[in-house]
Amino acid sequence: MSDMLAILSGLPWTMALTAVALALGVFFGVPLALARRSRHAAVWLAAAAVIALIRSIPPLVWLFILFFGLGTGYIQISPFLAAAVAFGLIATANMAEIYRGGLMAIQHGQWDAAEALGLSRFHTFADVVAPQALRVSLPSAASYAIGLLKDTATASTIGVMELTFQANQLSQRTFSGLYAFGIAAAIYILISLPVAWLARSADSYLRTKVAR
Amino acid sequence: MDVSLADIAAWLPDLTDGLTVSLIVTAGSLLLGIPLGLLLALGVQAQWRPLRGACLAFVEIGRGTPALVLLQFVYFGLPAVGLTMTSYAAAILALACNTGAYTSEIIRAGLQSVPHGQREAATAIGLSRLDELRYVLLPQGLRIAVPALLGFSILIFQGTSLCFVVALPELLSRAYEIGSTTFEYFPALLAAACLYAVICIPASILVGAVERRAGHYSRR
Repeated sequence: MSDMLAILSGLPWTMALTAVALALGVFFGVPLALARRSRHAAVWLAAAAVIALIRSIPPLVWLFILFFGLGTGYIQISPFLAAAVAFGLIATANMAEIYRGGLMAIQHGQWDAAEALGLSRFHTFADVVAPQALRVSLPSAASYAIGLLKDTATASTIGVMELTFQANQLSQRTFSGLYAFGIAAAIYILISLPVAWLARSADSYLRTKVAR
Repeated sequence: MDVSLADIAAWLPDLTDGLTVSLIVTAGSLLLGIPLGLLLALGVQAQWRPLRGACLAFVEIGRGTPALVLLQFVYFGLPAVGLTMTSYAAAILALACNTGAYTSEIIRAGLQSVPHGQREAATAIGLSRLDELRYVLLPQGLRIAVPALLGFSILIFQGTSLCFVVALPELLSRAYEIGSTTFEYFPALLAAACLYAVICIPASILVGAVERRAGHYSRR
């Protein structure tokens, strides 16, 4: 039982890291998705390049670049901050792609109808297209959030005291990796379940508010 | 930063050796994991409940556990039950389990998208269940699953960087090693990142092209 509590003490860090990274991604993903859909070739090419570059480098490599790379001799950065920036960056690129998918799912008639009503480009987007696109994006965003939660396990390698880090400590203290990592795995599965359930019920509710 | 291009060129053989290890682990995980995924996909559709339950549990645990935790469980945990492995074997085993769990869902979706009439037709011409699978369902279902399987392969290649924690000399470990001996972490890690990008960016462009082609055929 005390072993279980020792690992659970990492849970707030795991949740905080996931929440911060997701919040960064949900926010900064919007301008990046819009840039990706820009009419100007220079803008959308640059956005596409940024997204491709961020996603082509493994999360652990981003963590190391920010923590060991910048940390030795450039700017001192705490493990949590390095992890938050790394995962925030990755979440931004992934959320931009999710938003793009949501925007593509909106039928063209919605734009036509908004134009026929004489809405400006801004109002067409803000009042007609975006609210529907966000609803369509929710299921992918929720499964991404669960994926992100599991990805944050890699932050243990740079010393963020989250779940996997605590499991590692326990495994070294008790010489029983089987037990320590088994508990950690069970905790990850247990947190993913309610998130998946919430996302499913929210989705079936929001689906009814998208024109098709 | 006192690193010249010559320094980076001197690191390159070491880094490409690491890249080779990463690619071998990727290949091994996929070669073991995708057949496992196929078996699991068939298993979760089985009539016999114990088999279905076991396969479902494997898939849910495999997908619900971070790959890093799975890897450490295999490498640091399994010796307790008498299964001691080299870091190579542990890496391939853990990533293959991860691959099996994820690809089983991809393959299952592919099999389910084969129109039901195909099954009925197979039954009507008197094919056994095995032949129905071999000649009718798998050729069509797997073809649909190919783009998603390719996309997943890129993720597994990136996932090999996790093997850093079991001291496997793959690409990231080599870059870290160079960093710790020369204290030039930033350029060394950046060089490794470039190698990952050089493989993953063309690969994902290729997967995108395959996806569009597959979409083109399925729309007919």
